Amino acid sequence: MTSRGRSGSRERWAYAPYLLPGLLLFTAVIGVPFLMNIGTSFTEWTGVGTPRWIGLGNYRELARDEQFWASFGHNALIIVGMAVVPTMIGLVLASVLTDLIGRHFGARTASVLRACIYLPQVLPIVIAGVVWSWLLAPEDGAVNALLDAVGLGSLAHDWLGDPATALWSVIAVMVWIQIGFPLVIFMSGLQRVDPSLYEAAEIDGASWTRRFWHITIPQIRPEIFVVLLWTTIAALKAFAHIFVLTKGGPGGATNVPAYYSWVSFFEKSDVGYGSAIATVLTLVVVALTVVFLRMQGRELGEER
Amino acid sequence: MTATLAKGTGAPPRARRSGAPGRGRRRGPSAYAVLVALTAFAGVMLIPFVVVLFNALKTPQEYSAKGPLAPPDGFNLDAVRAFWERVEFGQVLLNSVFISGSVAVLAVLLSVLNAYALGIGRIKGRMWVLVLLLMANTVPQEALVYPLYHLSKQVGLYDTRISVIIVFTVIQSAFGTYLLASVLSAFPRPLLEAARIDGAGRWQVLWRVVVPVVRPTLSVLMVFFFVWTWNEFLIPMVFLISNENQTVSVALGVLQGQRLMDATMSSAASLLGLLPTVLFFLIFQRTLSRGLTAGAIKY
Repeated sequence: MTSRGRSGSRERWAYAPYLLPGLLLFTAVIGVPFLMNIGTSFTEWTGVGTPRWIGLGNYRELARDEQFWASFGHNALIIVGMAVVPTMIGLVLASVLTDLIGRHFGARTASVLRACIYLPQVLPIVIAGVVWSWLLAPEDGAVNALLDAVGLGSLAHDWLGDPATALWSVIAVMVWIQIGFPLVIFMSGLQRVDPSLYEAAEIDGASWTRRFWHITIPQIRPEIFVVLLWTTIAALKAFAHIFVLTKGGPGGATNVPAYYSWVSFFEKSDVGYGSAIATVLTLVVVALTVVFLRMQGRELGEER
Repeated sequence: MTATLAKGTGAPPRARRSGAPGRGRRRGPSAYAVLVALTAFAGVMLIPFVVVLFNALKTPQEYSAKGPLAPPDGFNLDAVRAFWERVEFGQVLLNSVFISGSVAVLAVLLSVLNAYALGIGRIKGRMWVLVLLLMANTVPQEALVYPLYHLSKQVGLYDTRISVIIVFTVIQSAFGTYLLASVLSAFPRPLLEAARIDGAGRWQVLWRVVVPVVRPTLSVLMVFFFVWTWNEFLIPMVFLISNENQTVSVALGVLQGQRLMDATMSSAASLLGLLPTVLFFLIFQRTLSRGLTAGAIKY
């Protein structure tokens, strides 16, 4: 890639002005505030008054804080619920809607189904939390009522209140919220694909599964990478879902770092400690981003 | 190689024409089974929305007598009306539309510029620039609240809608930059070179060649940015303290948090907060399909 020589590199620099607005705005809105946040993390501060410098004190406390490290463990499962499962379901759905429904029953049918599945993304998280706590309620919740109706009443219980099922229930709600996101992105990516490619493959007798692996997946690989990284970051930062459904409970069973940092910032007014958590969380996510983008560059670079 | 060519220049149009009216041909029983299964799945996805609608149309007495899941007896709009008046919903709605609409347009614009330099221009160190720009999304918002509060006070933008628009333009454009840069790095090079040979400058190539091809993706980004900004809560709550600047989600979240609403009113509130974004999505859903046909004719 670097063998293009001198004229190539000058050619590339010609694109630098297009980055200027983005970099300037980024510096003002994210760069400077993040540096200020790192500064705050070395202090003890309640949000008002003068911060007191304590050096690495917050970080030392963080290293010993078992609750914090346990909260990172829950993130692993949340990545499954917010990133892995929705991406896989989204891929299959996007392919079925485009390749099967779209071509056999018309684009309009496919659009309507896509809209229905996307809709949970539109619902404010606060409201989603309220509605799902109704549905999952132990006494008169719809989920338990449904289990009763089909004769599985023995399975009914307090989904969000029992530490054994709380995290899984949260993950199920997250899957419900998330599916629409990969679906819409994958379907927009599939629109770049020439429909005659699918038709030719079908005429040649390729089954849906074969078309899925040999046309759909290769054509939207950039989107697959983007969705996976993005939803993984979202999972690591997951906060609102936890906040509205369980508030980290019962007994810390659904605590995650972002929620933990929020509590320090706004409930305990321990802004220095919250800043330290946010800094560590950011560094973890940035490291992950670097590894992932390297992988993406290698994978997608080979094609050209 | 064949795939790239087919994508770039388009297969012979005849092949496609035979396919278009063939809609419905070979609709085997398995195709119908898939349709039924998907419709059922979509129905399940919609259940929570039905619950919201039910409760928005109930009276508080009805709600406490029958619980949250029973259908309403009639068509009662008291809760909707009460919420509308309590928060001066007209003004709040205008603010949200103005803020989310501006962010949707500006963030797409910023994403296109960034992604053009990263994906097509492939400037040196582009991966690190991308990592940097992605930090707009990786830094947790609660870490930005205190610093942004002080900065915006210093430049005199505190409690203005402009400040929220600027902040979210940057935050949302991180995703747009990443998605578009990834898509554009796989952009068919012959198409670009042909345009350059015809004497088009970089600026013209961007608007006449690149943007038309990725238009479906741009529409998706616009919908996402609009919806995401619409539902943002923390930063708007801190930055828009005057009543006349409030957004729908702040009004909703604050009332919810203070437990000032009963269940029927919060359902009515969610219904009112939801409708504009659903409408926005449905409008753009049509643009999406149109983008497809326009692209299919050209390429």
